[in-house]
Amino acid sequence: MSDTSINTRACSTEHEAQFGDYFALLKPRVMTLVVFTAFVGLLAAPAPVHPFIGFCAILFIAIGGGASGALNMWYDADIDAVMKRTQRRPIPAGKVTEGEAFAIGIALSAFAVVFLGLATNWVAAGLLAFTIFFYVVIYTMWLKRWTPQNIVIGGAAGAFPPMIGWAVATGGISVESVLMFCLTFMWTPPHFWALALFMRKDYDNADVPMLTVTHGRPATRLHILVYTALLAVLAVAAGFTQIGGPVYLAVAITLNALFLRGAIRIWRRDEDMAEADNYLAERKFFKLSLLYLFAHFGAILIEAGIDKLGGLA
Amino acid sequence: MSLSKQHELHSRRRGRNIGVGLVLVALIAIVFGLTVVKVTRGDYETPATQTVTQ
Repeated sequence: MSDTSINTRACSTEHEAQFGDYFALLKPRVMTLVVFTAFVGLLAAPAPVHPFIGFCAILFIAIGGGASGALNMWYDADIDAVMKRTQRRPIPAGKVTEGEAFAIGIALSAFAVVFLGLATNWVAAGLLAFTIFFYVVIYTMWLKRWTPQNIVIGGAAGAFPPMIGWAVATGGISVESVLMFCLTFMWTPPHFWALALFMRKDYDNADVPMLTVTHGRPATRLHILVYTALLAVLAVAAGFTQIGGPVYLAVAITLNALFLRGAIRIWRRDEDMAEADNYLAERKFFKLSLLYLFAHFGAILIEAGIDKLGGLA
Repeated sequence: MSLSKQHELHSRRRGRNIGVGLVLVALIAIVFGLTVVKVTRGDYETPATQTVTQ
């Protein structure tokens, strides 16, 4: 290859990908949720973990979650190019090719699973592999384009990290880790349906069968209320189990009351009211949903800390 | 073209190259750290050691 050919090829790439563009494939914001909930699962578990192994385990779980994000961007490149919210992602922006995203996703998935298995145990690695499979194949390739229940069933993928964290420490699955799974699983539908309400045309244009598209906005508002009520029962009831305690209960009662109030507000509104204030209630509910999950898992972490300090005393 | 001369391609890909370099250094540190922790904790014993302890 001559110098000229190198020069021509190098200059032909108008938007050359930087390191940050490849990192963006891993969905860093989703990764923060994965890291935090996995960290809580790891620390809430009754078995101690060496700090360096714990750090590596969280890192591998984050890389596995990020890899599934890259595979999701590879498969959904056509949808991402149509939706306003996702148009700036590296593939639709023309910075990274679909092939590169696929290669990065597959390589990092294999790396994360194998290294988690070698560093901790194969139950945790198996759960991570299943999470990646569930998010990429079950949710992205199948459910997302097929059923309005996509976000309900697909929410399981985002709910696995605390179970993986727990498995890292204990080498198994227990009632407590399943409860943490259920908390995120039940939280996902109202969180995404609120987003779908104020992102309005995005899902319509992309032809994704979100509930707002298939059943209409009033039905989506009702679904948010029903799922929020079910979530509130589950979240408060969890306070009376092993992972709960007074701090968790105080957080759960306060936040579920606020969350339920937000859901009732959304349910009482129609599209005219929502458009008049630019979907203010829906946007507030979405923001509150982020605080909701972080506060619940934060409270579980505090309860675990109290238990461990009590055990030492 | 002299190899020592900085090509435009190098300056354009500087950020990416530094990023990949740092990732590789981090990988080495992680593998080394895990090895130290696993060996010092006694997760792995050589067959000879196992025979002696038996």
